[in-house]
Amino acid sequence: MFISDSYRKIMRDGIWDNNIVFSQYLALCPLLAVTVTATNGLGMGLATLAVLISTNGIVSLSRQLIPSEVRIPIFVLLIAAIVTVVDMVMNAWLHELHKVLGLFIPLIVTNCAILGRAESFASRQPVSPSLWDGLMMGLGFTMALVVLGAAREIASTGTLFANASLLLGDGFKFIELTLIPDYKGFLLMALPPGGFIMLAFIIAGKRLLDRKRAANKPQVDLLPEQAIPEEIA
Amino acid sequence: MKLDSAESKGAMEKENPKHWLELSNLERLRSRLTFQTGILAGFALIASFLLGITNLGTQDAIQQRLDEDLKKSLEEVMPAALHDNDLLKDTLTIPSREDNLGANETIVYIARKAGQVSAVCFKLAAPDGYSGAINMVMGVSREGEILGVRIISHAETPGLGDKIETAKSNWIMDFDGRSLLNLTDVQWAVKKDGGVFDQFSGATITPRAVVKAVHRGLQFFNRHRNELIDSK
Repeated sequence: MFISDSYRKIMRDGIWDNNIVFSQYLALCPLLAVTVTATNGLGMGLATLAVLISTNGIVSLSRQLIPSEVRIPIFVLLIAAIVTVVDMVMNAWLHELHKVLGLFIPLIVTNCAILGRAESFASRQPVSPSLWDGLMMGLGFTMALVVLGAAREIASTGTLFANASLLLGDGFKFIELTLIPDYKGFLLMALPPGGFIMLAFIIAGKRLLDRKRAANKPQVDLLPEQAIPEEIA
Repeated sequence: MKLDSAESKGAMEKENPKHWLELSNLERLRSRLTFQTGILAGFALIASFLLGITNLGTQDAIQQRLDEDLKKSLEEVMPAALHDNDLLKDTLTIPSREDNLGANETIVYIARKAGQVSAVCFKLAAPDGYSGAINMVMGVSREGEILGVRIISHAETPGLGDKIETAKSNWIMDFDGRSLLNLTDVQWAVKKDGGVFDQFSGATITPRAVVKAVHRGLQFFNRHRNELIDSK
């Protein structure tokens, strides 16, 4: 599959180099609240992904109309409206999923990463790179939530993807694993402090990896604080 | 920010009168206060319109789903053999401000068998959980015995307080068959407080809150028993 360089860069930024959680350290509030299990993380990640793609698309479509002086209230308004619409539609027609995710959906409004993408990317870029950026940032966020959720779940209860069939349907019963049988449990990891501790370990691990890769290939531009790409037209 | 080919359009502008939506026009408009106000108002209008339409389109479906949920949780505490009527349609609203059930008015769903009241069920909340209110539903037979208690929602500590859920443990089944007659007021407490109900190791606050709330629920039923079982 052919992807142009700029799109590949957006992909790498979203998933690794400029990952919302592991590099930008944004959206930590919903992140720590939700990642008690990998399943919850996955659900929240997918809901955020859907919202991120829609807001990026709409903001990019109307970017010529929006004066920079009033852009923040307009972005907030758009994000809140879209999240509420998603919430209502899911409650009406995807009710079982909504019962699992219902708690997290209103939390998406408080996810500063969505406003961040609208402000720093979608409001400056044409529609298709913005949609792509929404998809990739969303995937990167989902990945972060699942990794952190899985790490906390294993450490706290010894299981992985518990209750995933409630979210994904009975066909996914097979991914519900008990990794450590007769595990006594380590409650701290399920509580907020455990979230911070685990997040710190994961971020430290990612930075070590990045440093190693940079040392092996010194010419590659792997700085985490890479600037937002210039106009892609 | 670079506007898509704004410059080339600027050159053509002198020849053709432009629609206001054209890029070059927008660039000028964007710095005007009236335009900024108008755009903000316009987006607010669009957002409210969108929300209104979605609400209209989904409210019936949502209400239907919520009814189904409620029905399912009522059936948990109300054996099907005890009633032949539609619980959701047969209700009595009783003021419960003094009963501390978490609401000023409690809707009691009445189960009838051949016209006679066989049991009732209602929702209640324990306001003093470890983190916020614990919402539950309980069913009480005509004689004042508990048919069942189930937790609807709570925010107790995972791994400790959440053993009140049937998915985690069957602690809550211990209420079945209890009543104000077969336990004294003192016994309506967790073991640590001299009662008969187990607490969880490491978590006393949650079971204590649930036991006290269920006790209040029974007292509420007792106070209104005549009114309830003679209804209609």
